[in-house]
Amino acid sequence: MGHTLGPNEKTLTESGAIQVATLIGGLDARVRIIAAVCFGVVVVGLSSLPALLAALIVSLGLLAASGLRLRPTLKRMAMMDSFIIFMLVLLPFTMPGDAMFSVWGFPVSWQGFWRAVEIALTANAVILALMTLVGTLEPVTLGHALHKLRVPETLVHLLMFTIRYIEVLREESLRLRAAMKVRGFRPATNFHTYRSFGYLVGMMLVRAVERSERILGAMKCRGFSGRIYLLQEFALSGADRRFAVLLSALVFMLICLELQCR
Amino acid sequence: MHIVDGALSNPVVIAGAVAAAGGIAFGLRSLTLERIPAAGVLSASFFVASLVHVPIGPSSVHLIMNGLAGLLLGWAAFPALFVGLLLQAVFFGFGGLTVLGINTLNIALPAVIAWLLFGRLVASGTPLTGAIWAGIGGAFAIAATTAAVAVSLAASGDEFLPAAKLVFFAHIPVMVIEGILTGFAVLLARKVKPDLFLAVKGAGV
Repeated sequence: MGHTLGPNEKTLTESGAIQVATLIGGLDARVRIIAAVCFGVVVVGLSSLPALLAALIVSLGLLAASGLRLRPTLKRMAMMDSFIIFMLVLLPFTMPGDAMFSVWGFPVSWQGFWRAVEIALTANAVILALMTLVGTLEPVTLGHALHKLRVPETLVHLLMFTIRYIEVLREESLRLRAAMKVRGFRPATNFHTYRSFGYLVGMMLVRAVERSERILGAMKCRGFSGRIYLLQEFALSGADRRFAVLLSALVFMLICLELQCR
Repeated sequence: MHIVDGALSNPVVIAGAVAAAGGIAFGLRSLTLERIPAAGVLSASFFVASLVHVPIGPSSVHLIMNGLAGLLLGWAAFPALFVGLLLQAVFFGFGGLTVLGINTLNIALPAVIAWLLFGRLVASGTPLTGAIWAGIGGAFAIAATTAAVAVSLAASGDEFLPAAKLVFFAHIPVMVIEGILTGFAVLLARKVKPDLFLAVKGAGV
């Protein structure tokens, strides 16, 4: 996953970073989360090609409305595809059905081919909607919205801590890597590399635990009681309602399309 | 290792989500207020560890380290690894939405089993014996995760069976590497901070 990050890219956007005002950026976080989940569940239930294509078009429409930069987002999507391509390519060979043609004596079935296309369309449509609707939120806002949606408080705390410290710890790991590099360490396929990476992970854990002890001390000192204080109140606006109606209509159309083409 | 949306059958997805929710609820119960910072920071470090790429021949693999997460966190590995998967799906587009449950189960359950089997052995004895057990635990966790992925694919349809088998055998080198890395990580951690495992488990008790 590391290679999806450029040298100057952060893992997560920091809180307080300037958010571009876009069609989706102005919507209530809770609405966006619920919309993404509903859309995801419905699309996973679809199986006909026209409906899945329509779902992907809806996702691409959301991407256009979200103001995310096109190239990096589609690149990340393609990264995911590169992981599953192996499984998808195998499917036509392993699924029994009418032969399309054969490669080195192995029959390629139409059924397997369409199944692979179906999985690829579903996976891309859902993940794209998730990234555009929820992934454009500030990570801290995501935590607050999940809290408002009745996710257990402890889990939200855990999420907020993770969000807060991912970038801190990544910078620490990069410092350790830099220290290894100036001492002439070059990763290769050998025991020395694996031992060094093992020590790197071990050192990161030791530092992480020591850091968490300091954090706990600092929190106790400020009288932490386990409550989550919201930085902003969530309020539904007219735009939220319009978006909810529009997306519900689109999802309803997807279901109709599915029922017709089945 | 990530399963994506649309590949699995509905019963597998639903069963995975229910089981994962149970594991997360159980893990959250063990998280007192005093343990949350340690669990949160460790959850973040495992996220960062998964960004590290280790060379293997002409290619490279990224670390998962779920065995180590289990050894350190016990049942709390369930919510901690779930949070990592959620952030990966939402902000990086890795994995999927409806498969979050089954993905969490496939990664966190082996972590918890590794802890139940090897946790005591890793935390006691000399650092070297602890490290050896940790290495076995780390390799075991990856093996179990790969097997669980294979089983969830195979349970969704026979057409995935060859792919599931291939996934398992292709991951044998990864198991070895993760085992070695987990072993050395514990060796260093136990030498540098002998009370590490106690510090995480017993914070605030």
